[in-house]
Amino acid sequence: MLDDALVASTLDTALLGGADFAEVFVEDKRNSSAFLDDGKIEELTSGRDRGAGIRVVSGDTTGFAHTADLSEDGLRKAAEAAAAAARGGGGGVRKVTLERQHASRDIEVETFPETVAKATKVELLQRADEAARSTGDAISQVSARYGDSRRKILVANSDGLLAGDDQVRTLFSINCVAVGDTGMQTGRESHGRTVGFETFDHHDVSEMARVAANRAITKLSARPAPSGAQTVVVGPGGGGVLFHEACGHGLEADLVAKSASVFAGRMGEQVASPLVTLIDDGTMSAEWGNFAIDDEGRPAQRNVLIQDGILTDYMYDQIRARKEGRPSSGNGRRQSYQHLPMVRMTNTYITGGEDNPADIIASTPNGIYVAQLGGGQVNTATGDFVFGMTEAYLIEDGKITDPIREGNLIGNGPEVLNRIDALGNDFAMGHPGTCGKDGQGVPVGDGTPTLRVTSMTVGGTAA
Amino acid sequence: MADLLSIAKKVVGWADDHEAVEVVAVHERDTEIRVYGGEIEQFTASESQGVGVRVLRDNRQGFAYAGSLDEDVLAETLAEARDNAAFGTPDEFLGLAEPDGVAVPALGLFDERVDTMATDAKIALAIDLEAKTLGGDPRISGIESADYVDSISESAIVSTAGIESTSRESGSYVTVTALAEEDGDTQIGFGFSVGRDPNALDVGKAASDAADRATRLLGATQPESERLTIVFDPFVTAQFLGILGGTMDGDAVFKGYSLFADRMNDDVASPLFTLIDDPTNTDAFTAGETDGEGLASRRNVLVEKGRLNSFVHNAYTGRRMDTSSTGSAVRSYSSVPRVGTRALFLEPGTQSQNELIAGIDNGVLIQGVSGIHSGVNPVSGDFSTGAEGLRIRNGALGEPLREITIASTLQRMLGDIQAVGSDVDWLPMSAAGVSLVIADVTMSGS
Repeated sequence: MLDDALVASTLDTALLGGADFAEVFVEDKRNSSAFLDDGKIEELTSGRDRGAGIRVVSGDTTGFAHTADLSEDGLRKAAEAAAAAARGGGGGVRKVTLERQHASRDIEVETFPETVAKATKVELLQRADEAARSTGDAISQVSARYGDSRRKILVANSDGLLAGDDQVRTLFSINCVAVGDTGMQTGRESHGRTVGFETFDHHDVSEMARVAANRAITKLSARPAPSGAQTVVVGPGGGGVLFHEACGHGLEADLVAKSASVFAGRMGEQVASPLVTLIDDGTMSAEWGNFAIDDEGRPAQRNVLIQDGILTDYMYDQIRARKEGRPSSGNGRRQSYQHLPMVRMTNTYITGGEDNPADIIASTPNGIYVAQLGGGQVNTATGDFVFGMTEAYLIEDGKITDPIREGNLIGNGPEVLNRIDALGNDFAMGHPGTCGKDGQGVPVGDGTPTLRVTSMTVGGTAA
Repeated sequence: MADLLSIAKKVVGWADDHEAVEVVAVHERDTEIRVYGGEIEQFTASESQGVGVRVLRDNRQGFAYAGSLDEDVLAETLAEARDNAAFGTPDEFLGLAEPDGVAVPALGLFDERVDTMATDAKIALAIDLEAKTLGGDPRISGIESADYVDSISESAIVSTAGIESTSRESGSYVTVTALAEEDGDTQIGFGFSVGRDPNALDVGKAASDAADRATRLLGATQPESERLTIVFDPFVTAQFLGILGGTMDGDAVFKGYSLFADRMNDDVASPLFTLIDDPTNTDAFTAGETDGEGLASRRNVLVEKGRLNSFVHNAYTGRRMDTSSTGSAVRSYSSVPRVGTRALFLEPGTQSQNELIAGIDNGVLIQGVSGIHSGVNPVSGDFSTGAEGLRIRNGALGEPLREITIASTLQRMLGDIQAVGSDVDWLPMSAAGVSLVIADVTMSGS
């Protein structure tokens, strides 16, 4: 992407003020998307973003500047601006010798997005639209989106690291509206992989369209959600966002260091039911949060955060790791070259247990079965979280019965972790997500087996 | 700096006789300073630019963008947009915005003091903000972030339909997130101050708001479920209005994605409720002289005394619904113009928040909501959100509450509005806050 010598001389410029650390991050990203709504392909969009972000660290201060101008002159100016912002102490010349690192993913992209005809991408959406509308007469509206991106990155730093990655992502999502006597309801399904267009050889968009349409149709007969404390069984894959929100964020070392996490100071303690093992794993093949190197050049890692209920580790980026004299855990990520990296999750999941999922439901006299959770939010300082239930049912006398209308689930991360009393043997990954933190979005995955929480608060309208 | 208008004109000049072309070119400079422990933790100086090109051919639309204004990139972006247009579905309503004779208001949204203020003075603001927040209350135990942010953005929109508009705006704000601790309980609270001139930022108010929000929730407990009257704090009302605004854009309406689709001229809210979208109001953080298609911004009354009066439109949704654009196209350079509300506010009432609370026997002041976007269905109107706040008993604020949800439907909530406060607060978002009293809402707790 850039000549090694130019990268090295840019680092030299960044270090001229006597900084402790300097880094050049170069990104060249192309993406394309197509959007179908109301039966029409509204438009195809193509985008290209290319540039470099330069980070300079002096003591506890980080200076950052970015530029879309990748010429020698453009990079030098950005390096000077970052160095000035970091306000380093004494001068001095430091030469950086770069050593190229090789990190790879365990599967190869077969069909790069730029090799797929635009007509083929459009046809995918039309096929989904048709399948959704033919699912039932109640389906009144369908929108679907196809998106792909190819992001080449190069990272070099004053420790001599030089590494690159070529990240391809492919995404499909569909939204259906159903109309009935009770009004309108929506159903959604999505699929995203860190691979190319070949993912649709194994995942049929027509089938996903029918799933979304049926979700909307099912909800037409939904009863109002109950309110108050309930036993909640979360279905496989459908509840990973719970642990992303309820625990993951609180295990990010930058928040821990500022005591803005309920998990601060609790290393080695029992923080969850002994059934719970929580893992963040950037190496999971093709999953949405997968990569070969993170945005600081560190190879993706599998990190065990909670083992059998005991807090074993936090997630780290380079800055936090340097401060604590330990290696980064491969969790330094950024939205683009225009952003500073920070501690971010990758694919976060609760490992499978030993219970038969059918037995978990049968042994629950009354409660809620949540097949699919929507977006959520957490207050990391208190652990309090909330997220929407997009597909949920009542459990009555040990059986899943009527669907219930949308509502929120609220709870407290540490409390919920301790209230897990059954874990199924049916682990599954959930839907592709975008995690937002400090205004930056990055792709993440999550997963869970079927699991039961003895009590959570459901915010519904039924008395 | 490159001249955005001439760049946009140049690309439009490349259009052939069979196509309509619209070009948006933008340039932005931002400064972000984060302090921690009295020192700069992060200092970001950024400069970015980009171009978006929309092409219409044979009633089909294509779009492309790039984060660069280099000559070869401009040509490639136009070619890509042209190619993309071949794959859109023909739609007779597609087309560029046409000049409509509405004069562009001169709002004076650029203040050079964002540029001329010394960097050290900006740093000092952030350091002062952190110190004031920490020193305000002995229960404040730490700061998660204390930031100074400013930006100067310029844009030009030119099209073959005769649109030629430019804009230049500045903005700055300070924001702080504080942690409070007492008896093993930790709570979090934020505060901010917004202004076009950084010298006018009120650091003291941002600091005391953050400290108040964090400390007043200390010791919060989960109450039992019941139905009662709620008061939205201004910041919560602003988020609520944002959700409502999303149901009133022409695109959602004609596609059937809005609960208001067939309700024009109906009474949809209490007569106390008048909702206005007015990007020409310079108090609004998101004020702008023109919209995303280069048409003049204007004041639109969406709900008047409870009666649904207007939706908002861009050129496409206006044509599609047999009306005209309301100057409500919203976009960045990386997207085609969408449609949306731009600067919402509620016609204020006459009572302060304290006066409103004095009239409530049993209720909750909702200080914050979370998950509001995932918890509201704009089609069915189902509403459920996580919340925290303070109990109201016999006209006075009582103990703090946490881990509650409030639930109703948008339709019922609008009908059950009892009062709008007088305390309009302009926030760094596209809706203004004001206290709002809503009766008969389900609060779920234990």
